[in-house]
Amino acid sequence: MAGGTGGGETITMATHDSGLPGVHEHAAPQGFIRKWIFSLDHKVIGLQYYFLALAAVFVGMFLSLLMRIHLIWPTATLPFLGEIKPETYLSLLTMHGTIMVFFVLTTAPQGGFGNYFLPIQIGAPDMAFPVLNMLSFWTTFLGFIVLLAAFFVTGGAPLHGWTGYAPLSALQSAGPGEGLGADLWITSIAIFCIGALMGALNFITTTLDMRAKGMTMMRMPLTVWAWFITAILGLLAFGVLLSAGILLLMDRNLGTSFFVPLVTVNGQLTGHKGGSPLLWQHLFWFFGHPEVYIAILPAMGLCSQLLSVFSRKPIFGYKAMVYAMLSIGFLGFMVWGHHMFMSGMSPYTAFAFSIMTMGIGVPSAIKTFNWLGTLWHGRIRFTSPMLFAIGFVSLFVTGGISGPFLAQPVLDIYLHETYFVIAHFHLIMGVASIFGIFAATYYWFPKMFGRMMNETLAKLHFWLTFVGAYAIFMPMHYSGMAGQLRRYSQGTEVAWIKALTPIQVFISIAAFITIASQFVFLFNLFWSMFKGAKASDNPWEATTLEWTTATPPPHDNFGGLTPVVKNGPYEYSVPGAPKDFVMQNDPEIKPKH
Amino acid sequence: MASLSTTATLNKPEFSRDDHGTLAPIRDGGDNGRPGLPDYGTRLRRARLGLFVALIPVLMLFVSFTSAYVVRQGLPTLDPRTNNLIRDWIPVTLPRLLLLNTFVLLISSVSMELARRQIRARAMMETVGTGVSSGDQIKVPWLGITFVLGFSFLFGQWTAWKQLAANGFYVYTTPSSSFVYLLTGTHGAHLLGGIVALFIAGVASLLHGSLKTRSIIVDVTAWYWHFMALLWVYIFCLMKFAG
Repeated sequence: MAGGTGGGETITMATHDSGLPGVHEHAAPQGFIRKWIFSLDHKVIGLQYYFLALAAVFVGMFLSLLMRIHLIWPTATLPFLGEIKPETYLSLLTMHGTIMVFFVLTTAPQGGFGNYFLPIQIGAPDMAFPVLNMLSFWTTFLGFIVLLAAFFVTGGAPLHGWTGYAPLSALQSAGPGEGLGADLWITSIAIFCIGALMGALNFITTTLDMRAKGMTMMRMPLTVWAWFITAILGLLAFGVLLSAGILLLMDRNLGTSFFVPLVTVNGQLTGHKGGSPLLWQHLFWFFGHPEVYIAILPAMGLCSQLLSVFSRKPIFGYKAMVYAMLSIGFLGFMVWGHHMFMSGMSPYTAFAFSIMTMGIGVPSAIKTFNWLGTLWHGRIRFTSPMLFAIGFVSLFVTGGISGPFLAQPVLDIYLHETYFVIAHFHLIMGVASIFGIFAATYYWFPKMFGRMMNETLAKLHFWLTFVGAYAIFMPMHYSGMAGQLRRYSQGTEVAWIKALTPIQVFISIAAFITIASQFVFLFNLFWSMFKGAKASDNPWEATTLEWTTATPPPHDNFGGLTPVVKNGPYEYSVPGAPKDFVMQNDPEIKPKH
Repeated sequence: MASLSTTATLNKPEFSRDDHGTLAPIRDGGDNGRPGLPDYGTRLRRARLGLFVALIPVLMLFVSFTSAYVVRQGLPTLDPRTNNLIRDWIPVTLPRLLLLNTFVLLISSVSMELARRQIRARAMMETVGTGVSSGDQIKVPWLGITFVLGFSFLFGQWTAWKQLAANGFYVYTTPSSSFVYLLTGTHGAHLLGGIVALFIAGVASLLHGSLKTRSIIVDVTAWYWHFMALLWVYIFCLMKFAG
């Protein structure tokens, strides 16, 4: 037993040999295919999701690298790829957005870490429906392959952006990538929706029905709450996106007119009439806005967890955190119209959406102040997961504060088409969520692989990425306010945009450095899997149930046993307790009032 | 890393062999002693909960179609010849066959319920008295009847599609016909999922699969089937009265 040095009673389940991941309970499958490919074990499926997202994030990052090169050297000839044409640039931004939003930000925090740790944190032996869990991963994987296939078909990848606005996305003749490439794109999204729905169903049923004895809802770690609420959002949102995708496929291939009005392409009538492009926007954003919270809620839960663990203090305002996440999830379904202020909607409607949007500031501020309250007077341990969690708070504030600006219809009409919006959603939805993924990786790596990650490389990675992300996205606010237009492949031909080129050069150089520093992470990840220092069962001295079991956890998580939960998830520095943390399954503590 | 070396001790933590204090241990309860499965009651409850959760996105899908239906119905379009705004929503005359199909589906819902109660009674009997044979009574094959009725419904819908086309209403003719094909098609695809589940239960029966597992499949399929019947009544009313 790696972790026990004190007078605690040695218990059977913790005596599994931590260094031998092959030693499992008798029910564990033994063949390579059943164990690692078509596994029913939620931990293996979690890792599969994680590595899918890891592959996807490097593809997505490579596309952004090409875009940044093109923006500052528009006529450069690249090896193997040649010169990037304007339509190729549009394909790059479409695929970058789609890959990052669906296959990274939705896949890693929920499918990856949620799958691995939700059952363990509630004391369950597996997900409620293991076969469905396996299917949901392989469905998602298929979606990714179909999406990548769009690069290799005639005409290439679609041009319509990750939001797929009709009629551009609805007409085969609208552009070079709008033929088979766009069909593959929609099909991929539809497949992804089905996979995500199966996952959400599993998460909700597991959380409601499989909690260990004593694990009341209000004793669940905030990570579990976040995954649970995210699953509910997914359950409500992905069905709507699926419906929109079906209608779009019909418009493209069966000649219907749901989204396409009377329109000519190259002077030719298309045969469609009477459809509404705004109908697509409403359906898309009814999914699209909750999707933002699907990406960031797991990071919020994780951040709450880590700030408490590494400040050695209970989370400030546990119930307030739960209710704040619930209200963020609820309000997330009320604000989709703020993406459509440019669509000519009634100013009264815009006003209502604007007020609701700013209302989200309230639960977000509650969370932020609770995070600061948790840090206040804490005995902070600046480990790499903690640095990324603090980085998350910083990025959440910086990215969030531009939200109320964009929520004003008058300001949005000016800012909507500019880099200001790019800066806003990349900081809050992109980088903040990615910081959550990094924090989760550094935090749970010891439990998943039985070894520690290299702390020096991890801190180097943190500082390069943290400074790099700000260097990339802060200047975009200013260039956006100065009128730099988004989605334009070349700014050099327009005088007022050309004047902003130095900012673009700075951003590109910052992006090159930040992208390069991700290889520090990649090296650390794989090197530590094999060469890292052996991890104990509870290296961070945390309280939640995953740290009570062996490292890595046995096939059924607790070795045929079920933990009985007696305490809340954040019992740190309890007065009178023998040590500064009380595990969730330790004997019940009675705090003195 | 030295500062991180742990002093963690598991200070007499409590683990139990019980699931919830009184139920059988996780590993040996359940389906004819097959390891790794919780007991019948837990599995049934979990499967039902899963099904009810799964119905939510199906509902969202059709809510979303309905909102598109209402919005699209109200939209005018430009007539390029006269430059006037016109309505292109031509109400579809629904084939009378759809009424018969509705009737067939509602009957199948009843037989599905009878199949559910039948197999549940058998599963309960197996739980109570091991070794007691339940095969002596005359059994009506409700499951098979439901299967046939379900297929008849789908065949009826297919025939209705052909009648629509014969009357000149193709999927692209007018937005209202697009929606008729969309709604009936999506509903049919969902019902087909229920038929596949019944087929699996039937095959499991032929292969002498576990009665309890079969009864759970049939139970959740029955709830799903009732939902599909209700959903069809809703879709039919939408097309009939808001067309």
